[in-house]
Amino acid sequence: MSSLVKLSASQMRAGLLSGEFTAKDLTSAHLDRIDATNTELNSFLLVTRESALESAENADKTIKQLGNKSPLFTGIPVAIKDMLVTKGIETKCASKILEGFIPPYDCTAVYRLKEHGAVILGKTNMDEFAMGSSNENSAYGPVRNPWDKSRVPGGSSGGSAACVCSGQAPIALGTDTGGSIRQPASLTGTIGLKPTYGRVSRYGAVAYASSLDQIGPFGRTVEDVAMALQVIAGKDSRDSTSIGAPVPNYLEELACAKGKGLSGLRVGVPKEYFSQGIDPEVSKSVHASIKALEGLGCQLVDISLPTTDYALATYYIIGPAEASSNLSRYDGIRYGKRSKNHKSLAELYASTRSEGFGQEVKRRILIGTYVLSQGYYDAYYRKAQQVRTLIIEDFKKAFSEQCDIIATPVSPTTAFALGEKTSNPLQMYMADICTIPVNLAGLPGISVPCGLDSKGLPIGLQLVGPALEETRLLVTAQAFMDQCPFDVTANIV
Amino acid sequence: MSLSIETVRYVAKLSALAITDEEAQRMCKDLGETLDYVAKLAEISTEGVRPTSHVHGATNDFREDILKPSFKTEEVSSIAPDFGPSGFRVPRII
Amino acid sequence: MDNFEAVIGLEVHAQLATDSKIFATSSTQSGNLPNTQTDPVTLGLPGCLPVLNKRVVDFAIKLGVATNCKIRHESVFARKHYFYPDLPKGYQISQYDKPLCEDGYLEIRSDTGMKRICITRIHLEEDAGKNTHLDHEPYSVVDLNRAGVPLVEIVSEPDLRSAQEAAAYMKLLRQTVRYLDICDGNMDEGSLRCDANVSVRLRGAEKLGTKVEIKNLNSFKFVERAIEYEIARQSALLANGEAVVQETRLWDESKGATRSMRGKEEAADYRYFPDPDLLPLVVDEAWIERIQSTLPELPGQAFDRFRSNYGLSPDQCELLTEEKLTAHYFDQAASVHNNPQGIANWITSELFGRLNRDGMAMSRCPISPQNLANLVKLIDDEVISGKIAKAIFEEMFSSSTSPASIVEKRGLRQITDSNQISTIIKRVLDENPAQVIAFREGKTKMMGFFVGQIMKETGGKANPQLVNELLTKELA
Repeated sequence: MSSLVKLSASQMRAGLLSGEFTAKDLTSAHLDRIDATNTELNSFLLVTRESALESAENADKTIKQLGNKSPLFTGIPVAIKDMLVTKGIETKCASKILEGFIPPYDCTAVYRLKEHGAVILGKTNMDEFAMGSSNENSAYGPVRNPWDKSRVPGGSSGGSAACVCSGQAPIALGTDTGGSIRQPASLTGTIGLKPTYGRVSRYGAVAYASSLDQIGPFGRTVEDVAMALQVIAGKDSRDSTSIGAPVPNYLEELACAKGKGLSGLRVGVPKEYFSQGIDPEVSKSVHASIKALEGLGCQLVDISLPTTDYALATYYIIGPAEASSNLSRYDGIRYGKRSKNHKSLAELYASTRSEGFGQEVKRRILIGTYVLSQGYYDAYYRKAQQVRTLIIEDFKKAFSEQCDIIATPVSPTTAFALGEKTSNPLQMYMADICTIPVNLAGLPGISVPCGLDSKGLPIGLQLVGPALEETRLLVTAQAFMDQCPFDVTANIV
Repeated sequence: MSLSIETVRYVAKLSALAITDEEAQRMCKDLGETLDYVAKLAEISTEGVRPTSHVHGATNDFREDILKPSFKTEEVSSIAPDFGPSGFRVPRII
Repeated sequence: MDNFEAVIGLEVHAQLATDSKIFATSSTQSGNLPNTQTDPVTLGLPGCLPVLNKRVVDFAIKLGVATNCKIRHESVFARKHYFYPDLPKGYQISQYDKPLCEDGYLEIRSDTGMKRICITRIHLEEDAGKNTHLDHEPYSVVDLNRAGVPLVEIVSEPDLRSAQEAAAYMKLLRQTVRYLDICDGNMDEGSLRCDANVSVRLRGAEKLGTKVEIKNLNSFKFVERAIEYEIARQSALLANGEAVVQETRLWDESKGATRSMRGKEEAADYRYFPDPDLLPLVVDEAWIERIQSTLPELPGQAFDRFRSNYGLSPDQCELLTEEKLTAHYFDQAASVHNNPQGIANWITSELFGRLNRDGMAMSRCPISPQNLANLVKLIDDEVISGKIAKAIFEEMFSSSTSPASIVEKRGLRQITDSNQISTIIKRVLDENPAQVIAFREGKTKMMGFFVGQIMKETGGKANPQLVNELLTKELA
């Protein structure tokens, strides 16, 4: 194994610019790492070997020509969750229904990375159509947690998390609708950021729940996560829900803030997130981390977010409702896999979709259709949208009156065993109780590794900020990780 | 609340999903449990609360009426399962 | 059947004539090869997102203002779900709860005077693609060129009481969208489509009868015929003590009847909810005012103006203001020469007739309004005769030149010199003594012969009135 794969992306950039190694070396090292580990981890669905090496060659030319004026991601290998459309590269969202689908266009976030010189290594595994919290719902086999291969890496962006955790790439993109970046980051000891809703364009992110989805980065350092966000954030005219506010210079802010502590920052600790549903070891580790923040100059404030208890129910109405709508387009007529078992049009739809979708996807489509149907819309969907308003107000009130940032656990447990929660969907849904409210409120949230449990499995600390305050999250995360270092390369051996 | 099999079948039809008897039974149980759980929202008062459809409350995003080139038919045909010069082929619509 | 009253409402869809689609960037043109106007949004590709075309909103507001609607300050787009191959996303983006325009009206001319037909709502939505069934093939084909073309749906209150009123309302709606330049109103091409809701009840009853929806009405003729048929059909059922079934029927022109559409069992559950991909549409007063200021004179206003300013008959006013282009043409001609009646006659008989003969649209008329007016002026100034004018008109039509230049070039000036005419009269009478004797013996028809000879000698240029006057004097 080449030591290159242990570096952070910013260290890789430094090495490329100084000529210590070439982009080709760097990409080859990562491709080798994938070869050595993917069979076991199953984190990649598709490795784009030739095009990656070609991009790397081009990157070397760019570096020769432009030196340190080379775009930020020149020669940096990245992995892309298979939920994001990649031009000319198969994109199937870990579902049989899109097997063989080669998109004729690029996801904006991917396009922006490519424009900045990134080397795309391939597409990572995930829960089918991003529906899941363990990456066991993939039609192409589960992903295994590098920390303990009998355990799940979390989901739905399990592949991206395992990839970064194991050194297959320094940075990977994922999507987060109810926790699908933060929860796997927490279970794999990596850093995962869900930006403010609208901060990153959703154009090209296959839609699961349109009012909740966001694309975000995984990395092993806060700086790397900031690097990725820098490039992908910003208004996209092809996404009406993307926000036009200017993108701060996150890297500059981080550099400015380095070593300066967090004096005056008020950290809200919501009691509802530390209920009996949370594993005591997780609770202990998160509390200790919050104490460490105090040591950095933060002021701790007890707060209450009273509607928290209803967030899961709200999410499992809105999410499936929007998903049932967004997945109506999969019928095998214009693209994707088409069933051969049909004699009539109705049969074409029914068999294509039934053969193509997995169980969890079907469950959510059925729930979604039900809660939108005549007679149930008001009691379920409209009601959920109203409760969503209350959740939004809870956060607004806390941020305007009491605190600047909120700290909570990410996941109620550390990585659980494969197969442990698959027989009971509702039990699996509980994995997201700490992350879901943040999506409902459209706020930014980051998961940073803050400790290990008695089994040696990683625990994550969630920081939540007001809308568009990614800088505050990154600065706090950086200060915390500098203070409480975590061995992010433990599984890169 | 367990959902009735008839309801499950009706919702499946509405969703263009064909489910086996065995699946229908399982869905009855799984969906019933989930719907029971989400029904807890009835406990909380939402009198006079405006439903949220768009989380950041922005309005009005437009584009100008500018034409962009279409996909070439070769591009469309390359991703379509059954495509000819007259269009995408589907079983005869009665 | 006289004790029954028909109650009719129309749902009209109009395609808006923007360059690109409502939520997608490909073209709205019709008549091109299948699937040559596609893009990620039109195909409903995974990950694509709709973005609203601002000009579509401008057009819809324009229609709302022109039909006296209230423009909603905040309206919302909703998804309407059903599975059909011409619907790429499995849902249509439309408006449900909060449409853009509400509570408007149009006034039609009926036998009893002006009648107000209320418009419940006008909302925006996207069109679906086209399914075609090939005759000897076991499959159908889908063309998505039309998928995503912007539509306004205009829903009327059930204020119409006859097939004629329905046709009049449709005509006015078509005229209005054409005047506004937002839709070409071609019913046979599908840019304007009509569904009718028809019910029948006993005259004087308050409760509405069961309504039947009739589809596939793609001409004014069909609208009128289908509704008449349906009224008769329903009246007959009720008179017989039978019930009218609530259903959707199609007009079958070949059979001259409506027939039931089989296969639509339960009412569809469209599961409407607000589209999360599209932001709420906020239209402020300033926007409405901007649109208001661009509004042209509307058909009804043009008709009234023509009646009062030009004093023309209602029929002529209707003909001349049917198209905005024609009304504008007339205005320009009338401003050059003050003889509106004369100009009106020339346009409605000669010009329209000639354009029709060549299948030419008014927009391609080769005679400028100024030249037409000048032609009429030449007649009124007695420079040329009416008969000569017709010949000049022909040449103007083929050469697009001015009447004055043709008169000069071909020496067509009318002869109005009495001496000159008298000289010619005397000569003709001298050369035709037998006919003179015949005339003096009572064959008054000889006048025609003499006039004919005089016209021949003068190449048709002698002023007919003067010829008659002087000839009569000479023969006396």
